[in-house]
Amino acid sequence: MRPIIKLVDFRRTYRNGALEVHAVRGVTLDILPGEFVAVMGASGSGKSTLMNTIGCLDRPTSGRYELDEVDIGELSRDELADLRNTKLGFVFQGFNLLPRTSALENVELPLLYCRPPMSAHEQQERALAALEMVGLSDRADHYPNQLSGGQQQRVAIARALVNEPRVLLADEPTGNLDSRTSVEVMGVFQTLNDQGITIVMVTHELDIASFSKRKVVMRDGLIRTDEVVLSRLHAAEALARLDEEQRAVHLV
Amino acid sequence: MLAILKTALRAIRRNVMRSFLTMLGIIVGIAAVIVGVSMGTGAKAEVERQIASMGNNLVIIFSGNMSRGGVRGGFGMQPNLTERDYDTLRREVTGLAGISPEVRATVQVVAGNQNTSVGVWGVSADFAEIRSWKFQSGENFTETDVRNAAKVCLIGKTTATSLFGEGIDPVGQTISIKNSPVTVAGWLASKGANTFGQDQDDIIIMPYTSVMKRLSGDTKFRAFSAAATGPEVMNDVTNQVAAILRQNHQITPDKEDDFSIRSQQEMSDFFNANNRVMTVLISAFAGISLVVGGIGIMNIMLVSVTERTREIGIRLAVGARARDVLRQFLIEAVLLSIVGGALGILAGYWLAPLLTKFAGFPTLISTESVLLAFSVSAIIGVVFGFFPALKAANLDPIDALRYE
Repeated sequence: MRPIIKLVDFRRTYRNGALEVHAVRGVTLDILPGEFVAVMGASGSGKSTLMNTIGCLDRPTSGRYELDEVDIGELSRDELADLRNTKLGFVFQGFNLLPRTSALENVELPLLYCRPPMSAHEQQERALAALEMVGLSDRADHYPNQLSGGQQQRVAIARALVNEPRVLLADEPTGNLDSRTSVEVMGVFQTLNDQGITIVMVTHELDIASFSKRKVVMRDGLIRTDEVVLSRLHAAEALARLDEEQRAVHLV
Repeated sequence: MLAILKTALRAIRRNVMRSFLTMLGIIVGIAAVIVGVSMGTGAKAEVERQIASMGNNLVIIFSGNMSRGGVRGGFGMQPNLTERDYDTLRREVTGLAGISPEVRATVQVVAGNQNTSVGVWGVSADFAEIRSWKFQSGENFTETDVRNAAKVCLIGKTTATSLFGEGIDPVGQTISIKNSPVTVAGWLASKGANTFGQDQDDIIIMPYTSVMKRLSGDTKFRAFSAAATGPEVMNDVTNQVAAILRQNHQITPDKEDDFSIRSQQEMSDFFNANNRVMTVLISAFAGISLVVGGIGIMNIMLVSVTERTREIGIRLAVGARARDVLRQFLIEAVLLSIVGGALGILAGYWLAPLLTKFAGFPTLISTESVLLAFSVSAIIGVVFGFFPALKAANLDPIDALRYE
């Protein structure tokens, strides 16, 4: 199987005046279709830079990055935008939904920019289908401030899914969520992954990383460990256990 | 496209007060454009109406040189146009449809127990035709009346109203001018005010012979009114008149004319030039206001771009190209300015009639001025919205997403 994400000696250097900051110093990484990778590391380890590049928001200073066999070092800003639009879906820590805009319209957002343009009717249908996948079709006309954190993150996931991307990129997707909602979001990710979507997720929480299939740890701009997750958690079981514990202390 | 428009509308609605204040500059500017242009067109139409009310292909010959020494003496102090000049001109100038001398006297006129002070014009029978006087009732006096210095007159609407009351036909009545009875032969249709704002209907017209002999004692004319047979012979007529008068007045080639000739075209040019000055002034005001308004829009769009940096980041991340973001903010700026423009047009529609009502300026709102105002406001949106939109489009998606 050919890797969907292929990094070869990827380096990224930021220039800050006379100072050169080597954020990533030579990373070689293959991610195959259907993988669920957790990228871990302390802040400053280069994981965000890595994610930005994988997300086609940034380009390598040197080395190669191929997304779905396309070398992005050669692409223009607009071509990168098209790649983000068609092959990638983003989920952010802060949800990043547009305020005063309904859940449905938020999910429709990527469809506004697809080429050729899609009819308003089709946009709405696909957005509704995406909301259905994350179990929020009954909240389509709610505004972000009327939704809980977990629901907002699920709207964001629906937005990431609406273009049927090859890869879902999640940057600290549970960073702003409580433990139970975090597990719910991981449940959504595992279901999507089972359906064949490749997921790359940045997290600094070990237990969240345990829901993935592969764990990559970065430090000082290099990959330190890259291993298969052995004792993988399953969201459904974890939820059941949480419920039990919470019932024990009469939380629910 | 619809979605972009929706987003733009939402952005404007989110901050109604701010949007309105931003638009205010454009509203004022566009209203000024509408009012200014309407004053220009209104004044031009008014001048045209007034000039037309003076007559067709009119040439007026004044006694005295009006341009000498920069003094516009108006109607010559010392009338020097003679009966002989009149006869020669009438006989010898080709291309004349009619010619009439003019003498004037201001006298007290009495009818029954009413009296009024009125300017009496002494003219020939051609005069009514030359100056486009229409008759409400009755008819013009004749050349025989002129020869006989008959005691007949034509009476203007205002004068008739003062003497006989509103809407009463004075034809056949007798009025007393300097204690001699004068029969009213014709009732003149109204002409309204002239370019100087004088009421042209406060007038009595009599044969010039009658005025000279019975009222003023003048022996010379202050002016001649002549009508050419068509616009193409105006110059020719003017030249002939000048030649004859110079000959009659024995003016040697090294001397200046002792008379002045004004054609209708010159008069209308003169007044239109005045109006143009006014229009240019108002356009300058409107232009300044529009530039200020445009800067206001640019300012608020820059604020909006900064406020919505994160939104821009999200849009870029999900695949918006730079030009998509550019278009979105440009449309927002244009929407602001054309809504402002539309409000300005409404304000102009409301203000122009007020100006006519309270300041007496004639105004006329033309479709062209509305279209002009609308396109100007759209152009302002594009011009002043471009820089902020470009700023938004050139944001780096990573920085924009991280922006707090």
